[in-house]
Amino acid sequence: MSDLTRRSAAELAAALADGETSSVALTRAHLDRIAAVDGAVHAYLHVDAEGALAAARESDERRARGESASRLDGVPIAVKDVLTTVGMPTTCGSRILEGWVPPYDATVVARLRAGGLPLLGKTNMDEFAMGSSTEHSAYGPTHNPWDLERIPGGSGGGSAAAVSAFAAPLALGTDTGGSIRQPAAVTGSVGVKPTYGGISRYGLVAMANSLDQVGPVTRTVLDAALLHELIGGHDPLDSTSIDQPVPDVVGAAEQGATGDLRGLRVGVVKELTGEGYQAGVQQRFDETVALLVEAGAEVVEVSCPHFVHALAAYYLIMPSEASSNLARFDAMRYGLRVEPEGVEAPSAEEVMRATRDAGFGDEVKRRIILGTYALSSGYYDAYYGRAQQIRTLISRDFAAAFEQADVLVSPTAPTTAFKLGEKLDDPLAMYLNDLATIPANLAGVPGISVPAGLADGLPVGFQVLAPALADDRVYRVGAAVETALTGRWGGPLLDQAPALPTTEVAR
Amino acid sequence: MMDFDEALEQFDPALGLEVHVELNTATKMFCGCPAAFGGEPNTHVCPTCLGLPGSMPVVNGKAVESAIRIGLALNCSIAEWCRFARKNYFYPDMPKNFQTSQYDEPIAFDGYLDVDVEGETFRVEIERAHMEEDTGKSTHVGGTTGRIHGAEYSLVDYNRAGIPLIEIVTRPIVGAGVKAPLVARAYVQQLRDLILALGVSEARMDQGNLRADVNLSLAPKGSDRLGTRSETKNVNSFRSVERAVRYEISRHAAILAAGDAVVQETRHWHEDTGITTSGREKSDAEDYRYFPEPDLVPVAPSAQWVEELRGTLPENPTAKRARLQAEWGFSDLEMRDTVGAGALGLVEETITAGAAPQAARKWWLSELARRANEEGVELSDLAITPAQVARIQALVDEGKVNDKLARQVFDGVLAGEGEPDAVVEARGLAIVSDDGALSAAVDDAIAANPDVAEKIRGGKVAAAGALIGAVMKQMRGQADAGRVRELILEKLGAGEG
Amino acid sequence: MSDITRDEVAHLADLARIDLSEAEIDKLAPQLAVILEAIDSIADVATDDIPPTSHAVPLTNVFREDVVRPGLTAEQALAGAPATEDQRFLVPRILGED
Repeated sequence: MSDLTRRSAAELAAALADGETSSVALTRAHLDRIAAVDGAVHAYLHVDAEGALAAARESDERRARGESASRLDGVPIAVKDVLTTVGMPTTCGSRILEGWVPPYDATVVARLRAGGLPLLGKTNMDEFAMGSSTEHSAYGPTHNPWDLERIPGGSGGGSAAAVSAFAAPLALGTDTGGSIRQPAAVTGSVGVKPTYGGISRYGLVAMANSLDQVGPVTRTVLDAALLHELIGGHDPLDSTSIDQPVPDVVGAAEQGATGDLRGLRVGVVKELTGEGYQAGVQQRFDETVALLVEAGAEVVEVSCPHFVHALAAYYLIMPSEASSNLARFDAMRYGLRVEPEGVEAPSAEEVMRATRDAGFGDEVKRRIILGTYALSSGYYDAYYGRAQQIRTLISRDFAAAFEQADVLVSPTAPTTAFKLGEKLDDPLAMYLNDLATIPANLAGVPGISVPAGLADGLPVGFQVLAPALADDRVYRVGAAVETALTGRWGGPLLDQAPALPTTEVAR
Repeated sequence: MMDFDEALEQFDPALGLEVHVELNTATKMFCGCPAAFGGEPNTHVCPTCLGLPGSMPVVNGKAVESAIRIGLALNCSIAEWCRFARKNYFYPDMPKNFQTSQYDEPIAFDGYLDVDVEGETFRVEIERAHMEEDTGKSTHVGGTTGRIHGAEYSLVDYNRAGIPLIEIVTRPIVGAGVKAPLVARAYVQQLRDLILALGVSEARMDQGNLRADVNLSLAPKGSDRLGTRSETKNVNSFRSVERAVRYEISRHAAILAAGDAVVQETRHWHEDTGITTSGREKSDAEDYRYFPEPDLVPVAPSAQWVEELRGTLPENPTAKRARLQAEWGFSDLEMRDTVGAGALGLVEETITAGAAPQAARKWWLSELARRANEEGVELSDLAITPAQVARIQALVDEGKVNDKLARQVFDGVLAGEGEPDAVVEARGLAIVSDDGALSAAVDDAIAANPDVAEKIRGGKVAAAGALIGAVMKQMRGQADAGRVRELILEKLGAGEG
Repeated sequence: MSDITRDEVAHLADLARIDLSEAEIDKLAPQLAVILEAIDSIADVATDDIPPTSHAVPLTNVFREDVVRPGLTAEQALAGAPATEDQRFLVPRILGED
């Protein structure tokens, strides 16, 4: 039954609808696959076999009654460990939340449950989503299924590795500066960061509230669209949620898959190519742009002069918001409580300090200190205030570029997956991974990363960006790229991935 | 400490008042939990007001409405566009370790409140009124009971966390001189009257619905610079506001006169001893790192909404006082005393409940004021409602009790024995109107005092007082003195002219 | 602007309530200096007439009806607490009072 795990979610949904398979069978197949490969990949922090199978049984009973809770009813899914889940721990990859089981579901998780999707478990991530490699997880790194010595990207390396290792057909990720798109790029999967406000953040443990967005992590563009359609839409519990219908992303993906892009204007962002981009990455990107031309699109070069400042603005806004968000982890109401050594009857204050030192990893502390600095009086205007002005300039750059083009394109990440440990002690080099993905978060616009081929045997991602609320465009173009390239490759890119070492499954 | 009057010969005080008003909305500021006072510990909580990871705030529209109405009633401009901000500091009763508040963009700003102080009108300028959330409540266990110092640990209940607060901040109030303590008290009192009239809060100081922080500084007389200020926190009665200002003026004056510098710090008010003690020093290290709350979108009240809310405002307090004085027929002095005692609202409600204006004023300003003073509490804190006062007066009017018995009814109501009628019943306080018993008592009195009776028969009606006293004594006061007089005169064949 | 001293890092750690060890401070200070130097590039980019963007999507006036919604039970609220007593969160002794 292992072939069940190789199919797309859309195919699995069709097989369920046809009665060709059952939710229990395919949930079990994925649990088996997790048991077989996760020892090597470490995509999951928690697997809920019992809960997933119970949900699968309910789904099968529904089908038996001729009902269906959604188009993806019965198709299992993995959830990034930064989203709250009743009955499953939510650790955010941090020691400080070890074992915490939330008393409430994130809105997106509630929508998955309501749609009948069995939840396989929670995926690994950089601590509090701070990182680009998953190496900052307190529970050990996730390994790239293409090369276990390499990083799967981050912060959502667990979700990307789970789908690219066929240990889940679908996963949820979150993207603050590229945490869905960059892992998708380096693992050969598909990742979408929707328009800010398009998908509820209620129950997403915030890193940077003004940048965070939940989105789909899948192997195909259509699967991402199906998931987006299910979790998207207005949520009264999130004040920043947009009260408008979700764009027809599924229709757009289907339209794009026809391969016809006539009438579409594509802008290549001058500032997001060339210098700083690995040669193989640039090559795959150029070839993909050529394919868009073949599909009938008109390609123009656009300039977004302020994008060069995006990284700096991001590394002021994100730590500032994060430093405040993470203040609540203080050992008083939930999570870890550590008493300082050698202090008799320590005060609340001392327990807070000791717990936060013991419970947070280096990168988290780095960003908290940086954010505390940027917000402190005397620096606010020079740092946080200035960074918010850069945001305005970047949004204006986008607005001007979208006058000339319907979508913008760039490589998703400047390099392919690097080796584990390679950039761990060089925070700045690590931050450069997000160069091309950050502008979209600052401006709130949607973006997708789709596989563009291999460079030196490792996946490369192609990014498509669209104006806010025009998420359908990234699906249309993403699907067109996917169709053209899989046609050329004779199948999905992931078919070229090496087989993973498996552990014998005892059943 | 320097003598108060001496202090004011040398220095000019500048006052500043920060008043927190807890709104009476059904739900909290940013979540749908009940905002009701009390409740079993940690039962009015949800992920948002507990600050659980992943939770998000959503603004209570009714709280914004109340904030705008308060702003308008204080003659403020209403912001066309403003945001919430995070005030970052760590404290165990604050679930997120930041308070969602407003910083440089308050919902209301640049207003004033005209307060009456001993017949003189004093304009208190309002700098701002902004929205924020309350904190949880800690109980300190071990050590000296209930005190934070020496406690072994604390227990936290988050029911109060997230209840909407409006913080109203005055500009420095200068030029009040010797009247500064009275101005402070009058401002808080009249602000409370306004809040009650708006119906946006229960505004009970004893329950913490209304909490005042008093800032005070002194400058050498004639100087236009402000001195270093102290902030006395949580002064929780009108009387204490006045006392705290007096105390701080004397304290600052002594320090300055000795050539020392006043320390900028928060101070704690001690109701029992009437002094303030040093709290936290306000150092430069205090850095709240304010920034706009990214989880909330800006509040931009439309001009139309603001005008609609303006239409719901109660009468302007100054105009209202003039109207009531005319309606009630109070002299200037009576009106001033009523306002000064913080009894205006109570008297008004008592009159609305049916009492005659002078009767309502009399009870609140004499009998009840005396009791409040003895207990060291505010009139409004007494365990009696205006409706109950009106009922007691009605009993007097109906001749069921006299003034002396009425005082015993007050005793009963204040002691928690129930409604006035129930107290009359339980204590057996009703005037004996049964003419049989009364008639017998009158006969006894005439028999026991033949000389007096003779005088009355002879036309000296004024002598009846002695007989009335004897009858009342025998009836233990439970008789209508007017009726007794009638009976005596009737029996002795003496008419009133 | 980009210079950040050991003392400053220690002060920031104090504000952020993290009990950093001397070794951690030694490691962090130069790392932060490098990051801040990179960030300083934006100092002259925006002039004062550029409005700041605090929210990517320009919504205003998102309000909730003043209607009670079911929350958590005390058991749920306290389930994750490190220590409880009498249906309250038990926390170590609190220093000072605000």
